Amino acid sequence: MKKIAVIGAGPAGIEAASALALQNMEVLLFEKSSNTLTNILDKAFLFPDFSLANDMVDKLNKKLLHQNITLHVGTEIVDIKQEGHEWKIIDKKGMSYIVAAVLLSTGYTPFDAKRKEELGYGIYNGVLTSLDLEKMIKYNHIENSMGEKPKRIVFLQCVGSRDEKSGNNYCSKICCVTAVKQAIEVKKLLPDTEVYIFYMDLRMWGQSFEEMYRESQEKYDVCYVRGRISEAATTFDKKIQFKAEDTLVGLPLKMNTDLLVLMVGMEASCGTKQLAKKLSIEGDYGFAQSLNIHLQDNETTSKGLFIAGSCKRPMGINETIADARSAALAIMDYVDVNQSNKESLADNN
Amino acid sequence: MIKFGFNISETRAINLEDCDLENVKKLHREVSSFKLCVSCGACSATCSARQFTDFNIRKIHASFRRGQYAGLQEELKACMLCGKCTLVCPRGVNLRSMIINMRKILLESNKK
Repeated sequence: MKKIAVIGAGPAGIEAASALALQNMEVLLFEKSSNTLTNILDKAFLFPDFSLANDMVDKLNKKLLHQNITLHVGTEIVDIKQEGHEWKIIDKKGMSYIVAAVLLSTGYTPFDAKRKEELGYGIYNGVLTSLDLEKMIKYNHIENSMGEKPKRIVFLQCVGSRDEKSGNNYCSKICCVTAVKQAIEVKKLLPDTEVYIFYMDLRMWGQSFEEMYRESQEKYDVCYVRGRISEAATTFDKKIQFKAEDTLVGLPLKMNTDLLVLMVGMEASCGTKQLAKKLSIEGDYGFAQSLNIHLQDNETTSKGLFIAGSCKRPMGINETIADARSAALAIMDYVDVNQSNKESLADNN
Repeated sequence: MIKFGFNISETRAINLEDCDLENVKKLHREVSSFKLCVSCGACSATCSARQFTDFNIRKIHASFRRGQYAGLQEELKACMLCGKCTLVCPRGVNLRSMIINMRKILLESNKK
């Protein structure tokens, strides 16, 4: 049985591992942290269908029960080397594994909002990230810094995305729809709370995103303001005061809110950055680079080294899973061709 | 001719065919980041002059880009060149330099 190493047990790693296992390959799945799916664990609902994130976690974890999959949690891979037709994987403890092919699915990490100091995250209690709010929604416990139900919640888009000052010129693409989703969830839990979303552009690119946006206006009275918040501070009564320009009216706007939610973007994870650099497949902003975005989006410049999911670029969960399946297919093709090459070499001898 | 008390008002549309965009080209040469603006309004939100006067750098930028220079020279006087706009701009537009160069260009072209 051919052995494949998959690095990173997020949705991409798990889906690819499961697809490969079902095709009779032996999969070694490595995960740095002590748990799988760490980026989804604290999510409440998924866009665009408001399905439970826990369901997704359970379903994906169930796929790992296949006998061909060995899961190594708490195992950080520090080195990957090509040795002839094979690959050698070395973990932090010095253990090494020989495999036929490697799939990198080391994913993303959320932007650290403290880097935008002018927005006050980590300084004022009323400033949260989208991840903090998601947790509050999950446990139905949305409170301001005084422990009261917030009368007003303001979302700010593009924190750490489309921002030269954070070094990220790219669009993280999931934040727009996530804010709309969270705004609706807040209104479902707290119908009397006012919800505002401050945006530069609203990019409703996916199926039924635009309808969600419309629904948020029609049914939930979410208020949209086109303008980027430039700075936030606290008031004496522990509210957050911020400045923006309502660019459509053309006037400066000052506003107080109980909670200011920063929609943080996606950055290449630490593991993605390190391994992509080590393997010389580093693309823009530390993400891993595929050979060809159209036709060979899972292949890399090294034969036998594949990439899937948000280690390549920002991606939603559904895209990630589709991408993982396509990576599994590319790996099967590669292993087949490699195998038949070897056999024909042996025949010739 | 009988005067009915009506007159024909001039069109309010921007006719790009008649716009003199020479100043815009000049500004591009001096401050190439000028064209990166996406009109997010972070500059005018943080602007100190904006809090007390009608000075709106995002609008000035937009008018300038379309060749609508009338009154801009006067409006630009409100800027104190503190540079906060440049600090917050997510697109990396060098607004401070843009304002200085706009003033220069308008001064020259208004002299002619």
